[in-house]
Amino acid sequence: MSTATSLVDRLVDRWGRLMVIGTPYIFLILVFSIPFFVVLKISVSTSNDGIRFEDLSTFNDWVFSFTASFQKYRFLFTDDLYLNTYGSSLKFATINTLCCLFIGYPFAYFMARSPVSIRPVLLMLVSLPFWTSYLLRVYAWKGLLDDSGTINSLLLSFGLIDEPIKMMYTAFSLSVGMVYTYLPFMILPLYANLVKMDGRLIEAANDLGASPFRAFWLVTVPLSKNGIIAGSMLVFIPSVGEYVIPELLGGPETLMIGRVLWDEFFSNNDWSMASAVAVTMVFLILFPLALFNKYQTDGVGRGSV
Amino acid sequence: MTANFAYGASKAFVRIDRLTKRFGDVAAVDNVSLDITKGEIFALLGSSGCGKSTLLRMLAGFETPSEGNISLEGVSVINMPPHQRPMNMMFQSYALFPHLTVTENIAFGLKRDGMPKAQINARVEEMLNMVQLKRYAKRKPHQLSGGQQQRVALARCLAKQPKLLLLDEPLGALDRKLREQTQFELVNIIKAVGVTCVLVTHDQEEAMTMADRIAVMSEGSFIQVGRPHEIYETPSSRFVADFIGKVNLFDGVLVVDEPDHCEIDTPQGRFFVGHGITGTIGMSLSVALRPEKIGLQAEAPEDISSNAFRGTVVDSGYYGSFSVYRVDLAGGQRIQVAITHTERHDELYRRGEEVWVTCRSDALVVLIN
Repeated sequence: MSTATSLVDRLVDRWGRLMVIGTPYIFLILVFSIPFFVVLKISVSTSNDGIRFEDLSTFNDWVFSFTASFQKYRFLFTDDLYLNTYGSSLKFATINTLCCLFIGYPFAYFMARSPVSIRPVLLMLVSLPFWTSYLLRVYAWKGLLDDSGTINSLLLSFGLIDEPIKMMYTAFSLSVGMVYTYLPFMILPLYANLVKMDGRLIEAANDLGASPFRAFWLVTVPLSKNGIIAGSMLVFIPSVGEYVIPELLGGPETLMIGRVLWDEFFSNNDWSMASAVAVTMVFLILFPLALFNKYQTDGVGRGSV
Repeated sequence: MTANFAYGASKAFVRIDRLTKRFGDVAAVDNVSLDITKGEIFALLGSSGCGKSTLLRMLAGFETPSEGNISLEGVSVINMPPHQRPMNMMFQSYALFPHLTVTENIAFGLKRDGMPKAQINARVEEMLNMVQLKRYAKRKPHQLSGGQQQRVALARCLAKQPKLLLLDEPLGALDRKLREQTQFELVNIIKAVGVTCVLVTHDQEEAMTMADRIAVMSEGSFIQVGRPHEIYETPSSRFVADFIGKVNLFDGVLVVDEPDHCEIDTPQGRFFVGHGITGTIGMSLSVALRPEKIGLQAEAPEDISSNAFRGTVVDSGYYGSFSVYRVDLAGGQRIQVAITHTERHDELYRRGEEVWVTCRSDALVVLIN
């Protein structure tokens, strides 16, 4: 009995720590790294029908050969469509992030300053939309913004307008849907940051002659920098690759990278092209952001509350 | 009892006039009046929840009084928001801005005043020299020790040359050793600058060593206001006697009341007090006696009619510079006696030893209940 226990103990001692640390890494390797390398491989592979690919490396008659084709990448950087789409994605993601920040910051601030007893209720209200499917919620905006939708019907019936305002399938409807969807991702990290802030710092700023507005601007905002960065990342990164919202609420002129990816995969059946688009997005947009994020938080991290 | 005794001379620099702050039904500060003279260091002393912090926050402008007035040099500041009041506060645990360097922290208030840059730099330099932190000018607060942070906080307050300096538990965040050294430094700086200062503390040693005058607070009111030695040597009530330092209290009855002395009978024996009181024979009152003002001796003193009592040593504690003995008197009361070690010797009295407890007639304070 005792030897069995000690054996188990020794196994737990040796492997337990590794398993605890290793599990998330295994998960990340399985569902992030391997798929990414598969996509990377497809993007440099050649194919006749776009779906079945030749092997990158061959070993025939004692000759090892490796072929990678960067044709798709060359095409990607010479065709205006792709570059414009990247630009447009970045533009909408930026608009979305800024809107979420300007709407979310006051709300997060209000939540952090409310009495402790009602904070859980406010937190629940912010996360309440997650209880309904994201697809349905985005789709519901159609009913509001359509030419014959709720908003236009109301305005028409009050006689405020003579013909419906074109809101659906425009940059406006796309932005409304994006801001609506991503707002909680901005509010929650901001709230988590602001709620920890020491109220005495604001009082100290007031005491030293800063008006309430200046105290907010000189103390609260700089100290919530980490929250602003975290919230902006959480909103910006998925916004760039957003597919569902542009598909449902966007119009022909609101091109976003997610829709181009979808078209390359399912309409053109050109998997290599689609993979090249995806890989380029990761390298051009997400890597610089990840680096920026790392250095920003390293710099402020220890000094802030 | 009215709070009028708190009014000092007519040259009031800060006047707190019948100030009250209610939170719901509870009065955190209850009809408090006080005059503070220019250049004075005034301490508000009390346990937590006594209203001292609320009073300080009303001075700074963070709380709005329910009633009453605060004036500075004869001008009411009651309607001034905190950022316009010519007073600066050093917060408990300092509230230094973590995202700013030492220099930027000190310059913060000066920039708000719109002072020219060259002047700000000169003033910051002067402040850094004063608190001896020039080498640390470019550090962030988290890179400083507790004592250094405290000095930055002080420099930040004093940089604006406030008319009134408010200190909230100024030494509370420091460890014991650092405290003693810091409290002298702090007082020296405040006195050198000449700023009037109100400090809040729950630590009686801090109040007594730093302040020119102390107000002992309880339940939102001043119980006694006076210089440190007045409060210690002649407490006006059982509360103050008990709160400040250690004290032995004997309940008894007044039997003799002459202009130059009075005598009080207690179950422990008769006390002969070297001052007269205004009371009536037969009234019940208490006698307060500090542990360090008691003597112990093995043999009976010559006069045992008063201020001499038989007792048995229960136990003792050795503190190095002094020892504390707990003694059961023949009358049944247990008292504390502190004996200072003026020369080297072994334990003077052993557990269970019979001793005589004596005191001088001027060591006693009569408290009317």
